[in-house]
Amino acid sequence: MSNVRILVGTRKGAFILTADGARKRWKVSGPHFAGWEIYHLKGSPADPNRIYASQTSGWFGQIIQRSDNGGKAWNTPGSSAKELKGTDGMPKGESNKFVYDGIPGTHQWYDGTQHPWEFKRVWHLEPSLHDPEHVYAGVEDAALFESKDGGKLWKELSGLRKHDTGPKWQPGAGGMCLHTILLDPQDRQRIFVAISAAGAFRTDDGGGTWKPINNGLHSQYIPDPTAEVGHCVHRIAMHASRPDTLFMQKHWDVMRSDDGGDSWREVSGNLPSDFGFPIDVHAHEPETIYVVPIKSDSEHYPPNSRLRVYRSRTGGNEWEALTKGLPQRNCYVNVLRDAMSVDSLEPCGIYFGTTGGQVYGSADAGDSWKPIMRDLPAVLSVEAQTLP
Amino acid sequence: MIRVVLPPHLRTLARVDGDVQLDVETKVTQRSILDALEARYPMLRGTMRDHVTQLRRPLVRFFVCGEDLSHESPDAPLPEAIAKGSEPFVIIGAIAGG
Repeated sequence: MSNVRILVGTRKGAFILTADGARKRWKVSGPHFAGWEIYHLKGSPADPNRIYASQTSGWFGQIIQRSDNGGKAWNTPGSSAKELKGTDGMPKGESNKFVYDGIPGTHQWYDGTQHPWEFKRVWHLEPSLHDPEHVYAGVEDAALFESKDGGKLWKELSGLRKHDTGPKWQPGAGGMCLHTILLDPQDRQRIFVAISAAGAFRTDDGGGTWKPINNGLHSQYIPDPTAEVGHCVHRIAMHASRPDTLFMQKHWDVMRSDDGGDSWREVSGNLPSDFGFPIDVHAHEPETIYVVPIKSDSEHYPPNSRLRVYRSRTGGNEWEALTKGLPQRNCYVNVLRDAMSVDSLEPCGIYFGTTGGQVYGSADAGDSWKPIMRDLPAVLSVEAQTLP
Repeated sequence: MIRVVLPPHLRTLARVDGDVQLDVETKVTQRSILDALEARYPMLRGTMRDHVTQLRRPLVRFFVCGEDLSHESPDAPLPEAIAKGSEPFVIIGAIAGG
């Protein structure tokens, strides 16, 4: 029977939850990296026991951690005894060295002035679909880095940040973060990323050049609602079998594209609010998608204080509320953009974490839910791994 | 032998218990101590000062003989007590966040 491993990043450490395929009884390990913010953990599709983690702190900056045994032991890449010294005799210890390529330049600041790009943290780690040593990192201030040696050294794919529109990008309320990285399983040269608040971008040449893919987005909170960039995209999701079909949770609006992001149309339909953060796709049904409506951009909790996941089996527009097992009164938590994930068992499992420290799981594609954990620190990210 | 006291999170990261003891061959300054510390524990690079600019991270503080020398030049000589190891070089995470 297959097993499931859930990687949970929180404000004060990481937790790893494991269960067999029934997904009824969970074992918990953690906190790992206690006291540190763990923005994201993700396992390699090519080797599920290779897991990367982004560990950050306002005091001590960015750390990259790596496990080669499924999260039992962790190391900062490149810090083993034999790797302590580089050829120049200086210590390596560069797994947390994220330096922008060339002169970083400036982007738009909250007051409209130009502000220098400054690295703050890694928001999202996306391991290659093919090579466990190859991993991408989405960072704040927005840029895309990659490592091809298991996280020891990082190099910026600077064509993105140096796009002509770069000086117009501006931070959202959470900072100017590159939070979504989607790798096209059918075209190794194609990558999608999303940045708050710049929008979505695509490369078709492995990261050398990029184009904004925001046509069809309408954002009333920017001077030109249909501008090429400036949209606060919260999350994009894709089903591996249909990489040209993308689903987006924008600041407001749930959107869909069927041409690789060249054009978007709204599919918010009957949602009680089209504001929210995460969006995900069922593992086996490419037209079944999930969102968690949130009341508004200033009221980051569910409408009517009822925590409801909404599912559409029609790729958007027609949504049904999934409430069984979720709190239906006095609930004021949020679900952050990286805090929802699906497993690939049958039936599909779906998981999400809240800012109140709960991790909910459903082993029946969302029909019913149970809390796996109730009292964690605020959950920043949830990633499900399906293990043989 | 110079004694360095790390904050708990950096002790965990470097996998050390208690104080760190270092030999510093050159003049004993903040910079030479941090150089020696990072050479012994490369995983600490970037956690106390910026990789490129070598500037102290804003919420990291250096206490010496009961004084906060964080704003002193990193190349200023430190007191004899630090060089002799009778007093530790204390690295702390500043109180922040209320």
